[in-house]
Formats: sequence, structure tokens, C-alpha cells
Amino acid sequence: MTETKVKPPRASAPETSPTRSTELDRARYVTVIRPATQMPRIDLRELWRYRELLGIFVWRDLKVRYKQTVIGGAWAIFQPALTALVYTLVFGRFAKFPSGRLPYPVFAFAGVLAWQYFSASLNIASASIVGNVPLVTKVYFPRLLLPLAGVVVPLIDLCLAGFVLVAMMAWYSTWPGAAVLVAPFFILLALVAALGAALALSALNTRYRDVPYAIPAFMQVLPFLSAVPFALDGVPLRWQWVLSINPMTAVVSGWRWAVLGGPQPILGQLGLSVGVAILVFIGGLAYFRRSEPRFADTI
Amino acid sequence: MTVVVAAEGLSKRYRIGQHKAAYGTLRDSVVHQVRRFRSGHLHEPAEEIWAIKDVSFEARDGEVLGVIGPNGAGKSTLLKILTRITTPTAGRAEIRGRVGSLLEVGTGFHPELTGRENIYLNGSILGMKRSEISRNFDAIVDFSGVAKFIDTPVKRYSSGMFVRLAFSVAAHFEPEIMIVDEVLAVGDADFQRRSMGRMESIGDSGRTVIFVSHNLQGILQLCDRAILLEKGHVVRSGATPDVVAYYEQQTIGMGPEVAWTDPATAPGDELVRLESVRIVDEDGSSTSTADVRRPLGIEIAFCVLADGRPIVPKARVLDQHGAICFNVMDVSSRWHEPTPPGEYVATAWIPPNLLNEGRISVDVDVVTVASPKLIPHASAYQAVACHVYDTGEGDSARGLFSGQLRGAVRPLLDWTLEER
Repeated sequence: MTETKVKPPRASAPETSPTRSTELDRARYVTVIRPATQMPRIDLRELWRYRELLGIFVWRDLKVRYKQTVIGGAWAIFQPALTALVYTLVFGRFAKFPSGRLPYPVFAFAGVLAWQYFSASLNIASASIVGNVPLVTKVYFPRLLLPLAGVVVPLIDLCLAGFVLVAMMAWYSTWPGAAVLVAPFFILLALVAALGAALALSALNTRYRDVPYAIPAFMQVLPFLSAVPFALDGVPLRWQWVLSINPMTAVVSGWRWAVLGGPQPILGQLGLSVGVAILVFIGGLAYFRRSEPRFADTI
Repeated sequence: MTVVVAAEGLSKRYRIGQHKAAYGTLRDSVVHQVRRFRSGHLHEPAEEIWAIKDVSFEARDGEVLGVIGPNGAGKSTLLKILTRITTPTAGRAEIRGRVGSLLEVGTGFHPELTGRENIYLNGSILGMKRSEISRNFDAIVDFSGVAKFIDTPVKRYSSGMFVRLAFSVAAHFEPEIMIVDEVLAVGDADFQRRSMGRMESIGDSGRTVIFVSHNLQGILQLCDRAILLEKGHVVRSGATPDVVAYYEQQTIGMGPEVAWTDPATAPGDELVRLESVRIVDEDGSSTSTADVRRPLGIEIAFCVLADGRPIVPKARVLDQHGAICFNVMDVSSRWHEPTPPGEYVATAWIPPNLLNEGRISVDVDVVTVASPKLIPHASAYQAVACHVYDTGEGDSARGLFSGQLRGAVRPLLDWTLEER
């Protein structure tokens, strides 16, 4: 059939013959393969070397995100807008939930944005290992990159929806003070909490496929435990502390304070939330790193 | 030459059977743990298998190392450990230099992305730097031959286009150490030819390649050295022809020589008995791999017990599919003269550049002639086997062609060409 084809002359000259530079490369890239340890370290230098790949993962997920949809990126606005509308009608109008001195629609929208960033990050990042089986079983890279990319991607949605928030703030003429400068801190707090939980869940997901079913169940309830539809200072102080065990409470009310003004978070409660978020992150990371060597075997 | 890959005692244990938790749901696992706790068997014996055990080897700078073995020998596990997809249970390996692994082509290709985007995606996943991809971009597109569709999502590609693009990315990936699985040997003949050609040039350019394959022909053609894995152990390592020969002998149960020490049980009758059959090279030593460009001898040793009949040794060469390549017998004057009793060694010399590549096996008979019939007196079927290979240096009947040349034989003929 193909017997008439002729092989090209063999001497395809090596363009990069082993020279001094590859000798140097060799010294630089020494890979040691050994059994997994109980408490693996985080190799930050390696992560840094793979930063381009992290960028590529984020870029891929963004590219693919709204492919073959009609309204594309507008979904990033439509989803929180619809949720905020329902909140406004149900909780703002009928149930008269407290929103401080702020107009309920903008209050709800701001809260929903922070919440949706967390929820999207958690969803995407916890599915990231199982969602990339062909990669995980065929090629090596630090697996951390996948959940990491998962919490970066929804930041773009947040930015898009952020424009709408600014428009709404203009409409209701609520302008933030200097506190707006710390707004990114609260998103970072959401990122840390989401990443911590997602690290554990994504590792768990490689063994137990219950995870994708369990997450939505909790996501239904969690906004109410994170002070999304109501202002935190509208509940009794004792309950404020209980709610503050959930890092998202600090995220939602802190973010609202930063961008809309309103009551300043109580520092102690904020500290509690940050502490819990850091614990979740460390725990998640430790579990992830311990399970990582088994991903390809159990997935 | 420095050692660039050194593996010492690599072992990998898998648990199988009992541990259903590995695949079940959370509920199964909880119920399981509770039962275990209740029954007091906290450490139930899980069935364990060692996919590989105590595997040690070295690969040097610029060496192409082949890894062969039957299914389940642990080749894939070894590959997964070397590429760091999974960790070993015990042992250690050190790799000096940038490692690239190619366990399949098109790892990470996303159907929604265009060809251009996938080149960057796939390249980065394989471990190329962005600048490296940009530098090679035009070459990759050229090589793939899908330039026209480079901005079309790959889900609209034909499977052939997809594979070509994926392979060209892999082909332009130039790490110092390349770990390659035989899955590269899928696709059509043209694709296989290109991937083999590419592998050869990687080896020639001084990089180290570890190549895992079932394709013994390919291993013989590409690899300087080989290791044979069986049930997770390295059972043989050394020069490729030796290792391949040993493997063939193991799996097929047929080697380059067979001998019958006890004349009473040796094949034959009251007239003649076989003593041994060997496949030999020019120097007369038995060989189980043969360069197609060298002559090959079929040596039949037999013992004539009675006088009065002309004895004719005869051999039949079969290819790996069992088809007869040819029958040969000694047609010299001995046809007509009775052979006196005694021990004889007859060797039929197969000229160079006659056989095709692949495994040959040999049937032998010692016959007498009762024209038009041949009467067999001593026969040994599938007595010996040998692997014929071509190093592809261009001076065999294959020339510079590296694809498949079918046929029982592949003679190197003289051609004339006249212009009219």
C-alpha cells in the first residue's frame, strides 16, 4: 500500500547537539524518583518553574468556557443578576431581611458576587483532577496546578460582573470609602478558603465519585450560613460569632463593607474566619499532597 | 558517556481484590470500615501484587534503551514511574536532564480549541517552553500538513488530521531524555514510518531514549541495548539482539539450536537419526538473531546407521505466520550414491539479502529418494527459530524505505534501467 514511500535521508542533522549549555541544563534538571513520603513538602521552586503551564490551564479554561454559547461572557453577569433579583424579591421585599442602610438590590448583588466567586471556584477546582484524567494518567506536572487554575478562572467572571456592580452603585449612588482598597483581601480570603476545601475535595473525588453530588447539596444551604441574603449585624451577636466560624461570612460581609460601605466587620470575628480559612487551606493542602502520588492509580 | 538515567531497585506494589474502596462510593467505604472494625480484623490481608520488583538499570548519554517483555510484565508501570505519573513503593531513580515523556500523542488536546491553540496547549503540557513552541511553530504546522485548517477547532478535524497534528507537536519536542511508549506505533503505516524515523533521528542526535515496545523489529532497529522484563523483574539486559533472542526463545520455546543426546529417543528410524539442528552465522556459532545482510546457515547433524541408501538432508523455512518461504534439499551428487554409516553435519547456507525481516522457523527432514517421492526417515518440525532484522542502513533490499515490505522473501535483485 505505502510501499512506494521513501524514507527521508537519515542524517536529519541535530539542531541542538549536546553542547555545554545542555551540560549545564543537566546539572540544573536532576529528577530524583523515590517512594512517596508521609508528609511531602511543597516544592515551590518546581511550582515556579511550571508557572507557564498554570497560565496555559487558565487560558484553556477561559477559552473553552463559553464556547458554543450564544451570549458568551454575559452568563457571568446573568447568573448573579438572576440570583440577586430572586433575593431582592423574596428576602428584600417579602421577608424584609435586614440590609443595613443599603438599598437591598445592590446589597444582594454585591453579596452574591462574592458568594458566586467562592462557589464557582470550589466547583471547578474540586472537579479539576477528575476532569483532567487524560492528563493525570499520561503526563507529569505538579497536580496542584489544576485546582489552582480552577480558583483563578472564576476571577474573570467576578471582574466582568464587577462592572455591573459599579453600574448599580452608580444608580443607587452608594460610593465606597477608602475601605475599597482592602476589597481584594476579602476575595483573597475567599480564594484561600475555596482552594483549601477544593484541594481536599478534588483529592477525595479521585477515590469517591460522591463529591460532585455532595457539593451542590451544601451549596444550597451555605449562602444562608454566610450572611449572603442578610446583613451580619442584623443577627444577635452570639450568632454572629457562630456564623463567623464559616470563613465565607467574613468574606461576604467584609467585601460588602469594603465596596459598599456599611458596618465595619468586628475584628475578632474576622480573625476567627481568617484562622478557619487558613486551617482549611493547610489541611486541604496536606491531604492533597498526601494523596497526590496515588492519583494516577486510583482515579 | 555519562549515566543519565539510573534506576536502583524500583518496585511498585498494587493492592487488588479486597480493597474495593479504591473504586467504590463513600458509603461502601464507610460500611466496609465499620465491618472491619466490628469483626476486629483491622488489618485484613489485601491481595497484593508487585507490578515491578527490584528493577535496576542504567541508560547513558545518547543511548537508545529498549524495554521489552510480555503483557503484564510491568513495562507500563516502569514507564509510569520513570515519567513520575506514579511513585514507586520502593527504590530510587535519578534522571539527569530535561525529561520528556510521550505515552500517547495529543495529550490534553481540547476539541473546542483550534489547531493553533492546541499546539500551544499540548506543547506546554509536554513540557515545552512557550518560546520554544513559538520558535518551532511553523515547522510543526508544516510537518503536520494541516496548515489550511490551523484556525479550525480540532473537533472538526478528521481523525487522520488530528493524529498528524498531535504527532508533529510531539516530534518537535526535544528534551534530553525521552521516554516513549509503543502507543506511538498506532496509526497507519505512513504514520508508523514517520514515528520510527523520528525516533531514529532522536537517537542519532545524541539524546537518550527509553523506548517501550512489543514490536521486536522496531526494538532491534532502534535500540543499542535492551532490558527484558518478566513478571516485574529484569530477567535479561544487554545488547539488543541477545536480549531479543533470549525473549523469543522464552516465549516461543524455540531457540537457535536443538540437540538430542540420547540416540534412542532422537527423531529417526533404523536408517538415520537426528543429532542436532542449529541456525548458525558465518562463524559457525548458533545465533537467534540475524542481520539480513549476512548469510545464515541451517546446520543439520545426523547419524547414518545402515548402509545402502542415498541420504538427503532437507529443510523447510517458514515465516512468522507459518507460511512456507521455501523448501531446500541437498541436490549434489550424493543424491545417487549410497551414504556410508557415520556421523554427518550438513549445512544449508541461505544467502544474504534473501529472507524478509521477522522470525523464521525451520523444519528439517532427512529423507531418501524414491522418485517421484521423498521418504522421510528423521524429522523435526519447528525445530529452531531465528529473528531476521534489518538495521535500515540503506544497503539491504529495503534501501531507505522504512515501511513494511511484504512477502515471504525479500531478495536484493539487480535492476536494469534503459532509456528508450
